Amino acid sequence: MLSCIAVSAQADIKIGMITTLSGGGSTLGIDVRDGFELALKQAGANDVELLIEDDARKPDVAKKIADKFVQKDKVDILTGIIWSNLAMAVVPAATRKGTLYISTNAGPSALAGKACHENYFNVAWQNDNLHEAMGSHANRAGYKKSFILAPNYPAGTDALKGYKRMYKGELAGELLTKLGQDDYAAEIAQIRASDADSIFFFLPGGMGIAFMKQYAQSGVNVPVMGPAFSFSQDILPAIGDAALGVVNSSQWGKDLEGDVNAKFVQGFTETYGRLPSLYASQGYDAANLILSAMAKADVSNKDAFRAALKEADFASVRGDFKFGNNNHPVQDIYVRKVVKEDGQITNRTVGIAIKDHQDAYASKCRMN
Amino acid sequence: MTAALIFEQILNGLQSGLALFLMAAGLTLVFGVMGLINLAHGSLYMVGAFCCAWVTQQTGSFWLGLGGGVSGAAAAGALIEMLVIRRLYDRDHLDQVLATFALILIFSEGTRMVFGSMPLYLNIPAALSGSLTLPGVEAYPVYRLFILGAALAVAVLLYILIAKTRLGMRIRAGESDREMIAALGVDIKTLYTIVFALGAAIAGLSGALVGALRSVQVGMGEPVLILAFVTIVIGGIGSIKGALIGSVLIGLVDTLGRIFLPVILKFFMENASANSVGAALSSMLIYLLMAGILAVKPKGLFNAAN
Repeated sequence: MLSCIAVSAQADIKIGMITTLSGGGSTLGIDVRDGFELALKQAGANDVELLIEDDARKPDVAKKIADKFVQKDKVDILTGIIWSNLAMAVVPAATRKGTLYISTNAGPSALAGKACHENYFNVAWQNDNLHEAMGSHANRAGYKKSFILAPNYPAGTDALKGYKRMYKGELAGELLTKLGQDDYAAEIAQIRASDADSIFFFLPGGMGIAFMKQYAQSGVNVPVMGPAFSFSQDILPAIGDAALGVVNSSQWGKDLEGDVNAKFVQGFTETYGRLPSLYASQGYDAANLILSAMAKADVSNKDAFRAALKEADFASVRGDFKFGNNNHPVQDIYVRKVVKEDGQITNRTVGIAIKDHQDAYASKCRMN
Repeated sequence: MTAALIFEQILNGLQSGLALFLMAAGLTLVFGVMGLINLAHGSLYMVGAFCCAWVTQQTGSFWLGLGGGVSGAAAAGALIEMLVIRRLYDRDHLDQVLATFALILIFSEGTRMVFGSMPLYLNIPAALSGSLTLPGVEAYPVYRLFILGAALAVAVLLYILIAKTRLGMRIRAGESDREMIAALGVDIKTLYTIVFALGAAIAGLSGALVGALRSVQVGMGEPVLILAFVTIVIGGIGSIKGALIGSVLIGLVDTLGRIFLPVILKFFMENASANSVGAALSSMLIYLLMAGILAVKPKGLFNAAN
């Protein structure tokens, strides 16, 4: 009897969250964590045990935490990693050994193609997706000469590749900058000297803040666009008015219609006193995906639980959502514009960039 | 690739070099006088930027914010000198590295506790925004010219202070023989606190000025700190003149390298690989420069000890 109570008092499922909570880029991890916790709280899920640790954006730290979660804490699911290089250090080894991994942000191309795995689900996007959407938007906007730049690291080169995959015009120039660079005077001078009719850039976090502030001072007036990462809610207030009017692509917007999204945005704003970013929406969806699978199958039955995850039978904040053969999303990607609403700088959804978009690597994945 | 563009990029390199000088000057001053390796110098840069952003938000005036940034960093500098740094002068460099690294962690977490982890808003004052037409350059941001001027002014003031004033004389004396100057009745403790606070104030000025142009966030000091160390190693540790020459060299090599290296490589290879090889090579360029200079002059360009 006693042991019975002890068992039922234990959580049904144990989730280990590895995310970036300190140092550069911590706003992303904090938003993912807060969105995830909000979903658990709103669902009243007290059968979930959530362990959270900070990877400080270091691959070796992330790897150590993952080993501890799996071997010592015996978690059923790992989640939360923000950066692709950290995901590559953790995910392949963990999924091969039988732990489920739900990605809340990073979607490196390697894990979507040949190296896809039945234990790996990405509830956010494949890395190239938002950039592809911007490339397709550029065609529609009639841009013929884009100047493109991104930092020189895997997600940066993936970004430029994604943009070029869809974009049909010529390039006025292409630059790979240093990761963490915060002075763009030389790059902006090159843009001015080129005959570009548009700029596409992927510079997440502080890099994007610095670029936009310096661009606004430079007297160059070429229209700017980028993925949502360059204009997410966590950095917009720091850029200020310099970001107004810029268009960007996102799988989510806080003004998308639907009760789930309204409940998420209202709950997040009330609980944390700030507007949610797309990262928060991804954390929220990840938690709801796990909860939906728990309602259908017990996590100890791996096959049934995986099948339940793959059905993606949960109400996503972005509306329609389903997994493709490689366990990556098939979803609409929207165009947003940076505006000022009630004195706050934020994004407004202005249209759809691509409908039912699937990543370019899915055909290389042997799952179905 | 016109001559005007090359000229503009040289100006950009000069400007980013001089912005780096503001950071390196304090670091080399403290090392030269006290023999102290201060890893927390980047934290004082961050303190300056955060104080500036906060005061600017409260008062609406960037100039008051700038004053707040400089005095906030100087106060933080004086405080850590009296509490922590003072105990490190007689220890070896490894202890100093350990203790000042701990200070980095304390400053970063402390700043996060006070201001949160979101980047802060700090923008260029209206009077200095926009751009000017210079001879040969179509439009150059006014604020960058302002940073250039401010850095040159700091260089001149530091020269006057060290070469022409009584305080400067004591600083130079402390550099060459600290026991003798103490025996002559100079209050060496106060002198060290003043020098450390002065170095901190310049770091704070740099953080406030550059923060308005880049971004104000926790951890902003560490990348600049690494560059500042490269600068003072190239220039000769302890030499202000060396820091000036070293930082301008780094600014020029870094800026011109990252723009023109891919262009040059395109003559030898196809576009895509020229871009990625160029980007990879240019990020190594300043370290190659450092290695090259150290091979010829192992103590840097201007060694203060000679």
